[in-house]
Amino acid sequence: MASSLRRKQAPAAATARASARRGPAGLWNSLPVLPRHLLAALAALALVAVLTSVTDGLTALRVANVGYYLLAVAGLQLLVGFSGQISLGNGAFMFIGAYTTALMVLYTPMAPLAVVMLAAVAAGCLAGMLVGAATARLHGPYLAGATLALAVGLPAVALRFPDLLGGSNGLFFSLRGAPPALSGLVSDSQWKALVVWFVVLLALVVLATTSRGRLGRRMRAIRDDEAAAATAGIPVGRTKVVAFVISAGCGSLAGACQAYLLGTATPSSFTLALSLSLLAALVLGGLGSLWGALWGALALVYLELAGEELAHAMGLGSNVANNAPVVFFGVILIVIVMAWPLGVQGALSRLGRSLRGR
Amino acid sequence: MTEPPILRIENLSTRYGAVRALRSVNMTVRRGEICAVLGANGAGKTTLLRTVSGLQPPDPGSRVLVDGTDVTRLPAEAMVRHGVAHVPEGGGVIAELTVEENMRLGGLWRAGRRERGAKAAEMFELFPPLAERRTRHAGTLSGGERQMLAIGRALMARPRVLLLDEPSLGLAPLITRRIMRLLQDLRAGTGLTVVLVEQNAAGALSVTDHGLVLSQGAVVASGSSGELLADDRMRHAYLGF
Repeated sequence: MASSLRRKQAPAAATARASARRGPAGLWNSLPVLPRHLLAALAALALVAVLTSVTDGLTALRVANVGYYLLAVAGLQLLVGFSGQISLGNGAFMFIGAYTTALMVLYTPMAPLAVVMLAAVAAGCLAGMLVGAATARLHGPYLAGATLALAVGLPAVALRFPDLLGGSNGLFFSLRGAPPALSGLVSDSQWKALVVWFVVLLALVVLATTSRGRLGRRMRAIRDDEAAAATAGIPVGRTKVVAFVISAGCGSLAGACQAYLLGTATPSSFTLALSLSLLAALVLGGLGSLWGALWGALALVYLELAGEELAHAMGLGSNVANNAPVVFFGVILIVIVMAWPLGVQGALSRLGRSLRGR
Repeated sequence: MTEPPILRIENLSTRYGAVRALRSVNMTVRRGEICAVLGANGAGKTTLLRTVSGLQPPDPGSRVLVDGTDVTRLPAEAMVRHGVAHVPEGGGVIAELTVEENMRLGGLWRAGRRERGAKAAEMFELFPPLAERRTRHAGTLSGGERQMLAIGRALMARPRVLLLDEPSLGLAPLITRRIMRLLQDLRAGTGLTVVLVEQNAAGALSVTDHGLVLSQGAVVASGSSGELLADDRMRHAYLGF
């Protein structure tokens, strides 16, 4: 028994010694996936804490914006980049999350924030399951068309039920900011940014671990060759629905974070333009990697800002200036895709490979 | 009492829209046999495999029985559980996954990680070139290695019937001969039944027990490999040699 244990431990010890010889990178890679992702998330949260503590409240809000867009784009990444399904309607899941949050806060004000967020995830997952099951047999433009209908139709629900959902004005509510114990140390916007990033990073750990595991391999197999995946025994339909559910849950949680941050849920925040922007951000960041979602989210927030500043600097009329950020984003997207067809992450990966090759 | 055939196909028909791709195909394969499905391009060979493995829905009245169990209309993922593994044309290896991940994909539907690991180790022993490249992406493999990986992945499911679609496609004759020899070894070692679709009729009939010739979706000849090879009219008209 003891000898068999020694035999089992010996390779692990040898691996650890080999990793130590390879330095910090080797040691890092030798860690199991989940602890590695948790440590990375902890480091990212510390970075956000430092960043928001040395910048003003407005920047903290923008950092939080990057957070929830990151989650929405990462969820879309799982669906599009990993499982090969095109969705033009993930903004609708953000709508579901934001309105679930608003309704929960307004009608059950004693519910803890974690419960509110979990309810938003549950509502999004349920919607994702329904949409995923209904569209599991659709491919390419047919699937895109079906999800497009969702993005167009769902925000109109708020107008159809104005008493419950506030009509075109939406719902307004207030949530507690920083806890009293931290009063004077952390501003409300800093606190909210930290809460948003905590939630986002936790969800990203789940996403990253899932995408590296059995489910992730199934999804990539389906994306690359659906027939081959089916003949290997992978339940294609069920896996596609699961991808939709996870993606919708992420979108919904992103919407919940947005509502928590802004204290509002309005239909004008979840138009078709949002769904298309999420997909464009994904392409810009790079398909097939969660890092691509980060570059896409940064682009969504900061290219819009740059577009606004550019329009202001050029003294454009308000009609033109209002659309300038979208045009600016589109131009940058075209330039990036022409220069780097695999998006920013694809370019960075290639750069990394060429540097390692030297 | 005689043992039921491992694969029995009765009155199998299917269509792509208005085009009838298979017309009332009947076929029986006994356990441990290697059976060739031959014919010109568009004869319906690939469609036959796709319909048996659940990728293409059959017309009403068709029947596919595996070891006496009616599996007609079962989806492809369920067919694997009934012991039918299909290696599609080109292999269908997932380029972005590593060789090892591709290999394990074939056993994903089995719950036991340990069992999958043991079976994967067995496959790497069977295909030494793949063992050397187990951490490399499958997209970097040569054509022959990809075909080995596709066969290995199918064998991970411990099939009773292996449906193999054009394993020699784009491969050098030496590699093709190795793959054919491997099929014979597997049959001898494990009693595996193989249904082999091939363009290279002469090569296929040299390793199979019997064959079936399709033309425009219908069976035009069947018999032992020796009989088909000896039939000059058949060879010239349908097999091209």
